[in-house]
Amino acid sequence: MLEGLIGKKIGMTQGFDEKGNSVPLTVIKAGPCTVIQRKSKEKDGYAALQLGFVEEKGVKRQRKAMLGHFKKSGSPLTRVLREFRFEGQAEVKEGDQFFVDIFKVGEKVHVTGTSKGKGFAGVVKRHHFRGGKASHGSMFHRAPGSIGASSYPSRVVRGLRMGGRMGHERVTVRNVEVFQSDKDNNLLVIKGAVPGPNGGYVLIHRA
Amino acid sequence: MNLMQWVEDKQMKKDVEPFGVGDTVKVHVIIKEGDKERIQIFQGDVIAKRGRSLSTTFTVRKISFGIGVEKIFPLHSKSIKKVEIVRTTKVRRAKLYYLRNLKGKAARLREEK
Repeated sequence: MLEGLIGKKIGMTQGFDEKGNSVPLTVIKAGPCTVIQRKSKEKDGYAALQLGFVEEKGVKRQRKAMLGHFKKSGSPLTRVLREFRFEGQAEVKEGDQFFVDIFKVGEKVHVTGTSKGKGFAGVVKRHHFRGGKASHGSMFHRAPGSIGASSYPSRVVRGLRMGGRMGHERVTVRNVEVFQSDKDNNLLVIKGAVPGPNGGYVLIHRA
Repeated sequence: MNLMQWVEDKQMKKDVEPFGVGDTVKVHVIIKEGDKERIQIFQGDVIAKRGRSLSTTFTVRKISFGIGVEKIFPLHSKSIKKVEIVRTTKVRRAKLYYLRNLKGKAARLREEK
């Protein structure tokens, strides 16, 4: 069985579980994904499937090298290609498609995406430092404080947490539940939040 | 955005009787005790409605044994069986929070003609 799909985050909403409690939901357009290439242990050193994410608005142009790659599989061009580890190469061919129905409702999945960029963030936001008092004569607000001793060691220890660029990195949320899936619209509705902005690409793996 | 709409529409109730702020309503709440289900009725005045489409909630206020009690219900939740309108009143506010500061006769709402 295939381990995952490529998807696109559509947005968030809410829903109700069997008890009538409201739950946060993320809507993902997942698949259909076409097999572009099969990688085998003998040839590539590991067994995997390279999938292309088929979107409504197709891709017209690609680099020349990629055109050859797509031509080999005989499938239409896609913008996004991702690999998933997969044993049992004999069962699938290039050009085969996978849909959301590989995930069942109630199943736990991992979702990987690129988080929203936060720009240059201070130490309070980036590393959850507590910061100082806002008032009562306090002159220490959101500064990082001491970053080390003076003459010994005369340098700042490596890896010290400081301000800097935050976000826009690969983030995985683990064990989120599939709330609803719909093959006609290629929709996967997941309980809870998923990294990245609306319209961002995500990978959905089997937990 | 139409995909979002599709997901929300699937969960929304289609047979909701329209009621407004100022109405006295009976809310039929499904209560699960173990594997048994029963319906509890909460009767009071709707003092606020907020949100849109699936996330709509409404606040019902009643005086229970001399103490004001308010409950906020999600309109489209499965635990709300139905909302029955007892009477409609004429109000000039969208939120009747001023009722919290009034007691007895002053806290009455005048019926719509």
